[in-house]
Amino acid sequence: MAILEVKNIGKSFGNLQVLKDINFSMEKGESIAIIGSSGSGKTTLLRCLNFLEMPDKGSIVVNGQVIFDALDPRTQVDSEMRRKRLHFGLIFQNFNLFPQYTVLRNVSLAAELLCSERPNYKEKKKTILEEIQERAKTLLSQVGLTDKLDCYPHQISGGQQQRVAIARALALEPDILCFDEPTSALDPELTGEVLKVIKNLADQDTSMIIVTHEMDFARDVADRVIFMDEGMIIEQGTPEEVFGRPGEDRTRQFLARYKSL
Amino acid sequence: MNQFAVIVSRLSESFLLNARLFASTLIFSIPLGLLIAFGSMSRFRPLRSLVRIIVWMVRGTPLMLQLMIIFYGPGLLKMSFTWPGGASGRFLAATVAFVINYACYFSEIFRGGIESIPKGQYEAGLVLGMTKRQIFFKVTLLQVIKRILPPTGNEVITLVKDTSLARIIANKEIIMMAGEYSSKGLIWPLFATGIYFLVFVGVLTLLFDWFEKKLNYFPA
Repeated sequence: MAILEVKNIGKSFGNLQVLKDINFSMEKGESIAIIGSSGSGKTTLLRCLNFLEMPDKGSIVVNGQVIFDALDPRTQVDSEMRRKRLHFGLIFQNFNLFPQYTVLRNVSLAAELLCSERPNYKEKKKTILEEIQERAKTLLSQVGLTDKLDCYPHQISGGQQQRVAIARALALEPDILCFDEPTSALDPELTGEVLKVIKNLADQDTSMIIVTHEMDFARDVADRVIFMDEGMIIEQGTPEEVFGRPGEDRTRQFLARYKSL
Repeated sequence: MNQFAVIVSRLSESFLLNARLFASTLIFSIPLGLLIAFGSMSRFRPLRSLVRIIVWMVRGTPLMLQLMIIFYGPGLLKMSFTWPGGASGRFLAATVAFVINYACYFSEIFRGGIESIPKGQYEAGLVLGMTKRQIFFKVTLLQVIKRILPPTGNEVITLVKDTSLARIIANKEIIMMAGEYSSKGLIWPLFATGIYFLVFVGVLTLLFDWFEKKLNYFPA
């Protein structure tokens, strides 16, 4: 069964149609790279999946369960959207770490807030909180930041900040991890360390959707590549297919521009 | 008895009224200001417009006028509500006027502070499954406090000095007291009142500096 099915998603801002009839599905453990020029709707698509924007049309199905259907108001109850967002994790282009908290607390905060909703929270508060701390530390060591636990975000490099953001998203164990141009705000010499972490996650069969401008990385890490233009999916396939023998003119034009850079 | 000591003790006693008015205004106007700030940012347009009109009227008219309207208004308009008699009634009326006035000023500082926090902070909280309340208290509040500290300090210092306006509705505050001496030809008590204000403001300035330093561990 597909972990995610996106059906006929459409989104407009005023008269501007940003997404037109987006359809795709992904299997558990798959990593999908979405490429395309600026303004093609890639970021809006991720924001729709995380319900930072509400799609105007279409439906989103996670693990066979319809979590959003534009035609069914019962799937759009405000109080339930918060829980539904937890199916997805989102890593932002500019990290959006919380500046007043240490690296460790950035990672543990959301889990601490969520665990108070567990039924056995009162009896087991101490154990639960300790588990969360331990898990946050494990995740931070996975992204190579064991020695930065007590630093504040402004004290570490952009690449390190983005790795904290990845650990923060992983802490809530989302079904699908979304990356919105995770290296676009970084100096070239810092992108490598972030891409390496994402590559490791892909190797561990984390289900991921990565919006990126790093073509070599997309080719290297993705099981499937989706090319978007003007709010539509123009072409999708394995990296070999899309990069090696693109079937559409628009894909060829887009890739040619990248090669000439 | 030494005339100097008598005057100093009477000035100190009357300054207590300034200090009490200052404290009660702060205690009530900050939470009220926060409420007004939320009202002025409400997505419900009629509420937002109403709140912004009220803020405009309160900030657009002199505090002295507001003091007079609030104190004399009920009687002049023959309303069933009247202020309690005596000094306590006058102090209460002054407090109400100050709280309303300062809450409106604070609300604009708070609104500016809240709106200046990057949207990404709010969105990061959302995708991490936080409620709006959790985002406000756990993510944005401290950042807002850090940003509004300098303008709030300004406003608080202005409040210290504004408390002497309470004399317009016969609250016996320090300048009114000193004025009684100067009308008898004794001028130094009037100058001495300045020292009270300077010391009070000095302490507050140190307090705000300390607080700002406390929050210096992360960038705005």
